[in-house]
Amino acid sequence: MLSKIVRTISNQLILFVLVFGLYIIMHGHVTPGGGFQGGAVIASGVVMMIVAFGSGEIKKSLRESHLSVIESGGALIFIGMAFAGMGTVFFYNFLVGTPVFGGIPPTGPNPGHVWTGGVIPIMNFGVGLKVIAGLSAIVLAMALFSSGEEMEE
Amino acid sequence: MMQYIPYNIPFIAVALLVGIALFIIIFKRNLIKIVMGIAILEAGVNLFLVTLGYRAGGVAPIYTMTPEGAMVLPVPQALTLTSIVIGVSVIALMLTMVMHTYRHMGDIDARKSRLLKG
Amino acid sequence: MRQIVAWFVLITLVAFLVAGALLMHPFGYPPSDMDDYMIANSQAETANNNVVAAVLFDYRGLDTLGEATVLFTAVTGVLLLFRALKKREKKT
Repeated sequence: MLSKIVRTISNQLILFVLVFGLYIIMHGHVTPGGGFQGGAVIASGVVMMIVAFGSGEIKKSLRESHLSVIESGGALIFIGMAFAGMGTVFFYNFLVGTPVFGGIPPTGPNPGHVWTGGVIPIMNFGVGLKVIAGLSAIVLAMALFSSGEEMEE
Repeated sequence: MMQYIPYNIPFIAVALLVGIALFIIIFKRNLIKIVMGIAILEAGVNLFLVTLGYRAGGVAPIYTMTPEGAMVLPVPQALTLTSIVIGVSVIALMLTMVMHTYRHMGDIDARKSRLLKG
Repeated sequence: MRQIVAWFVLITLVAFLVAGALLMHPFGYPPSDMDDYMIANSQAETANNNVVAAVLFDYRGLDTLGEATVLFTAVTGVLLLFRALKKREKKT
């Protein structure tokens, strides 16, 4: 556990990191970015909290059973969207033209529209959840093994 | 062939990076240094994939408010994203095994690991 | 004896790499037939402004499926290895 200044600044700074990472994930079909990049940003925010507070404090909030449920949910969203277009081929983009996420952008350079993209924004969300839970679980397991001798249930 | 040397500098940089990484993996004894050599090898391969698809005077291949110019090839950039994530997974597993070896033996030296047979 | 064989192998591999780097295509002009089709037809078929995301999730989706499997396997392996050591230390 580090000094009081570092703990106070980390408490204020984690909100900006979370908002920035969610912005990169959700606008992955308009601007550069996507699922993997936004998930890495949020996982680095969780690592900052582990370094500032010590792994014993963070272990009470992020249990391993919750993290495994989040990771499996993200993988199931990704596979479910792939199987839903099974009428034609395996990874078919079946939402182009429908009013949910359809809408074809005009050809050439244009200011971006959010309600375009087909199946791709939902797949970005699933992959983002999977990367967040996976990288946080790896760093938390290594920190608990090397510092205290607590059992990770 | 001699007239391409001033312009093929990124490919020569890739050959240099891979050569340094191979020297570290063959000749060093500490296990942590061998893991660092594998990380440098992954970085060299990612640099090679990105510089394969560069067009002279190019911009990013995104249609939202693009500036003037030709677009860079998009397929090598997608392959590099996959390669970076796989590199992270492999290094995490290797560091876990190094920590277990230190807990059992008390010393990380690549020539003494044959005593773990049992 | 082992030192001589190791140096010989290293110098041969680096020589092949440098020779390959000098014989590649010139730096700014790659051959591109598939990518011209993807840049021209990506907005009409996939309804997407970001060509890299369309290539990752629509034209080459099976590679992303394989990468998600590798990430899942690595996380499972790390958590399993850390559990086996604790049980053995508490028993003995």
